[in-house]
Amino acid sequence: MNQLGFPILSVMLLVPLVAAVACVYSAAANARRIALGATLIDLLLGIVLWATFDQAGQAERWQFVEYQPLFGRFAWALGIDGIALMLIMLSVFLMPICIGASWRAIERRVPEYMALFLLVEVLMIGTFAAQDLFLFYIFFEAGLIPMYLIIGIWGGTRRIYASYKFFLYTLLGSVLMLIAMLWMARYAGTTSIPALMETDFPVEAQTWLWIAFFASFAVKVPMWPVHTWLPDAHVEAPTAGSVILAGVLLKLGGYGFIRFSLPMFPEASQQLIWVILALSMVAVVYTSLVALVQADMKKLIAYSSVAHMAIVMVGLFAFNQQGLEGAMIVMLSHGLVSGALFLCVGVIYDRLHTREIARYGGLASVMPRYAILFLLFTMATIGLPGTSGFVGEFLSLMGVYQVNSFATLICTTGIILGAAYSLYLYRRVVFGVADKPDVLKMEDLSRREIALLAPIAAVVLWLGIYPESFIAPMRADVAALTQRIDRARPVGDAQVAAAAPGAVQEQVGGPQDAHGAEAH
Amino acid sequence: MFLPLLAALVAGFGQRALGPIVAKGVTTGALFISCALSWPIFIGFLTGSAEPGVAPVLTWIQSGTLDVNWALRVDTLTAVMLVVITTVSALVHLYSWGYMAEDPDQPRFFAYLSLFTFAMLMLVTADNLVQMFFGWEGVGLASYLLIGFWYQKPSANAAAIKAFVVNRVGDLGFMLGIFGTFLVFGTVSIPAILEAAPAMAGSTIGFLGQRFDTMTVLCLLLFVGAMGKSAQLGLHTWLPDAMEGPTPVSALIHAATMVTAGVFMVCRLSPMFETSATALTVVTFIGAATALFAATVGTVQTDIKRVIAYSTCSQLGYMFFAAGSGAYGIAMFHLFTHAFFKALLFLGAGSVIHAMHHEQDMRYYGALRREIPITFWTMTLGTLAITGVGLYGVFGFAGFYSKDAIIEAAYASGTSMGGFAFFVGVFAALLTSFYSWRLVLLTFFGKPRWAASEHIQHALHDDHGHGHDHDHDHGHAVAHADNPPAQESAGDEPHAHGPTKHDLPAGTGGYHPHESPWPMLVPLVVLSIGAVFAGIAFAPFFIDSAEFWRGSIAFDEALIHHIHETPMWVKLSATVAMLIGLGTAILAYVVYKDWPQRFAEQFRILYRFLLNKWYFDEIYHLLFVRSAFWFGRLFWQRGDVGLVDRFGPNGFAAAVQVGSRAAVRFQSGQLANYALVMLLGLVGFATWAILG
Repeated sequence: MNQLGFPILSVMLLVPLVAAVACVYSAAANARRIALGATLIDLLLGIVLWATFDQAGQAERWQFVEYQPLFGRFAWALGIDGIALMLIMLSVFLMPICIGASWRAIERRVPEYMALFLLVEVLMIGTFAAQDLFLFYIFFEAGLIPMYLIIGIWGGTRRIYASYKFFLYTLLGSVLMLIAMLWMARYAGTTSIPALMETDFPVEAQTWLWIAFFASFAVKVPMWPVHTWLPDAHVEAPTAGSVILAGVLLKLGGYGFIRFSLPMFPEASQQLIWVILALSMVAVVYTSLVALVQADMKKLIAYSSVAHMAIVMVGLFAFNQQGLEGAMIVMLSHGLVSGALFLCVGVIYDRLHTREIARYGGLASVMPRYAILFLLFTMATIGLPGTSGFVGEFLSLMGVYQVNSFATLICTTGIILGAAYSLYLYRRVVFGVADKPDVLKMEDLSRREIALLAPIAAVVLWLGIYPESFIAPMRADVAALTQRIDRARPVGDAQVAAAAPGAVQEQVGGPQDAHGAEAH
Repeated sequence: MFLPLLAALVAGFGQRALGPIVAKGVTTGALFISCALSWPIFIGFLTGSAEPGVAPVLTWIQSGTLDVNWALRVDTLTAVMLVVITTVSALVHLYSWGYMAEDPDQPRFFAYLSLFTFAMLMLVTADNLVQMFFGWEGVGLASYLLIGFWYQKPSANAAAIKAFVVNRVGDLGFMLGIFGTFLVFGTVSIPAILEAAPAMAGSTIGFLGQRFDTMTVLCLLLFVGAMGKSAQLGLHTWLPDAMEGPTPVSALIHAATMVTAGVFMVCRLSPMFETSATALTVVTFIGAATALFAATVGTVQTDIKRVIAYSTCSQLGYMFFAAGSGAYGIAMFHLFTHAFFKALLFLGAGSVIHAMHHEQDMRYYGALRREIPITFWTMTLGTLAITGVGLYGVFGFAGFYSKDAIIEAAYASGTSMGGFAFFVGVFAALLTSFYSWRLVLLTFFGKPRWAASEHIQHALHDDHGHGHDHDHDHGHAVAHADNPPAQESAGDEPHAHGPTKHDLPAGTGGYHPHESPWPMLVPLVVLSIGAVFAGIAFAPFFIDSAEFWRGSIAFDEALIHHIHETPMWVKLSATVAMLIGLGTAILAYVVYKDWPQRFAEQFRILYRFLLNKWYFDEIYHLLFVRSAFWFGRLFWQRGDVGLVDRFGPNGFAAAVQVGSRAAVRFQSGQLANYALVMLLGLVGFATWAILG
């Protein structure tokens, strides 16, 4: 069984599932309580999971393994490594916060809403814990349905368009992935993900498989140019929907790359690294600039998400420990920070019912506590050292510098542009004179809202000051992955060459000029 | 060593719950304790009894071979910075009791100040580049918060963002520098890098598809970071705008401590810079160019704080070209003396502004020496110090020792760039003397010109007499609204259209400036003692003593030897330049008062060029701010909406609609139903594949 003596992963799936069914048959008030209770139980189970997880690398790589053959090759196979553990923790941590954020904001069809959220939780944990290829696929794709319904039913005015776009993008990519999976299962004769991760596919097949998986994961990440569903989905989704979308659903793509594309197709990953680097470079600059001109708060944060996820992508494809761990930390950090930022937007949306930046201003005077928390999350999204954002970005970019200095330079401009759009947003919303009559009447954070934001703030700082707690569980797994893909590691352009005797000094100021021209 | 950090941290975060008096007391007390603890460390290094050491605190980031720890490192270089930071910070805390007395947000202000001090201490005690970067960004954050402290003022907000973003441009270089350093040396620990650096001299590294000398690339990337933080030419534009912050902030952050972080970094990494002649040449050039540029602009500004800000910028340039010449000890010495006299000048300016009811334009000052005598005398001492008054071999004010040593070092370095820096340095010394005395003469001498000031008018018509600070904010807003400034960029532009000197009505307008309260005067007096004696007392240690530095910076004995052997005309040139500047200032502002006016008319283009700060702000605004917004809109409207969506989902939808008309009978039109059917089909397909 496992170190606990009971199938904890299945229990973690079962609790919200049962609660979801219970919610449907309850009144609104009870449904809220059931949902909160179930998500809190899952959070506790998650903490148990983390506490008992052996991170020293002594035990098996896959822990808490459950295996129950169902029919044919299909099996109920669950199990996690450190990477999955961290993402499961992110999910179970954000879930109760989402329920709390919907406490007052959702008044229509509450039981169904709560049930769908619990279903999302089941599917997310399932995706990260699945060890069978098709089990993964089912969880991965089914995750779309409740999310689609949440946007479509409880969303804003253009919710149908947004949910349609969201669904179309994400489903089309997955069809290709399914075909690739079928081929892989036939070729390898197994559907076990750990076994497939050790399988060496022929190099020419890898390219096709890689592209098929890419089609699905790139949409989920989302990478430029298939990112346009994200701003619409965020804008129309209710606050909690945005939190879970940014916090966990976007991580599915990154998780897919780290679990499938890299270990299963290392050669193809190396050959197609230019696709990732090029799209990410475009994404960082392009979406940051687009974020700068947004008038809608949620859209701005949505576009900034695309820029951040591009940093994840370059980190993943750095083929080294720093890059991979950095990418994981950016995913965790982004999940927390952008989730928190959407909550921050939700807080003032609940008061004024508009997301338009120009309608606010001077909130520092009327909502000082809000101003502090919002500032903390703004700084975290900018990547200020001491917050979670820095650790991840720094490691990712440091990793990719060993692969390509040009891509690093372009992606690092994200720290300038990120500061620009984030501070510009903060200035317009929080600073200035509070002169609009309805803004003056806004109340500071309620106790419930503080209870939602404060835990995230604490974790953001924890991750920024002592990230070791989060890196340690992943270390052995990332090391195993780096070892696995080492044979395809690309040669970086920034390698040092020893001094040639009598080497001529470089021309004065050459790199300075080149740099200066780019840096601005 | 832990106590000051801890105290600053606790004070910084714990005070929101406390009352304003407690908050102020805790922070100020903590800083005075830190200060009292720092001086013994410094004296220990002076006497040679203290030992450099590193105290590890906590693991920070471990990833593969990267190993970053929180650690506190203390050596001579750190000790110098500790003394500067804690002393100025403690005095500024005290000063703020008086200066900010009417502000409703005092706890917030003191919290930010302490936060800043904490970050700055982290920066100077860093044992690795990443922790240095932490402190680096931390002071950036504090600077952002303090510049934008009066958040109701649009100009303050704009300045705060500008400071942060421009600094980030520098940080980009710093970060790339750290990445490159890690790539080359496999570590970010400063001692390890410095040890390994000489072995890397002459090797090459790929960067942006070309190959360059390794150490040159690394040093220049790191130097870009230093340029940003220390407001060197090209990345200097944020510093003058940062004067929107309260004056104590300007004294602490934008004069004495934060802006010197770049100089500190270059000195800390001096063995690394020593391995690349190219990098040193660039450092010298940038430093000299900044010294010259800022000094020229400083001569025509009318805002008292902006004059001092450009002066700071210029003095930082001095420090850099000293470092570029290889005289790191002298650069640090100038940093040390500069901290005293520049903080003094800023706090003095704050005292003047306080007395003049927040009027900052020197054209509305005049004849203040009798009204606020202590401020006058302390500022005069500060001016004597910055202009480097002294008699060779007898006695000199602080700047006399440090600045003259820099000029001599540039001469003695013997390189062509050093020669350039020498002449620029001497000329900048002339300008320094001119604008510094101009400030004193305009402010304290002549006839009162107060009546025309809107702030003074505001004060006279205010029933509360002095008004409380909230009024002041609105007063500011009103004053700025009268001649709307283009906040993003134009900076001082409105002043150009403002009333010129000769048509201002003279007179006091019935206003009576009053001397500042004692919390403001005590720091002024303490700092003027530093400004007078810091030079003569510490010059032998900083400039000549390799034992004092104990390997914490690269120390070039030969260069110091050359400095002492420079010809007499070199030694005297700075003093002569200073006297010429003083003479010109007296002629222009005391004897022939129409000179400035005639100069402005005679050399209209030059005057406007200088007044508008060489048009850096305008060019940057057009090049970066406007184009960023333009591209942003383009990408959004044309890219996302016009291309991706049009041919992506929307196009698909249109195609489906056309196609589905034929089959409309069989379709419910509900997306959910399609999806369900689709999913069921796929699951069935998958099952078939698995079973088969």
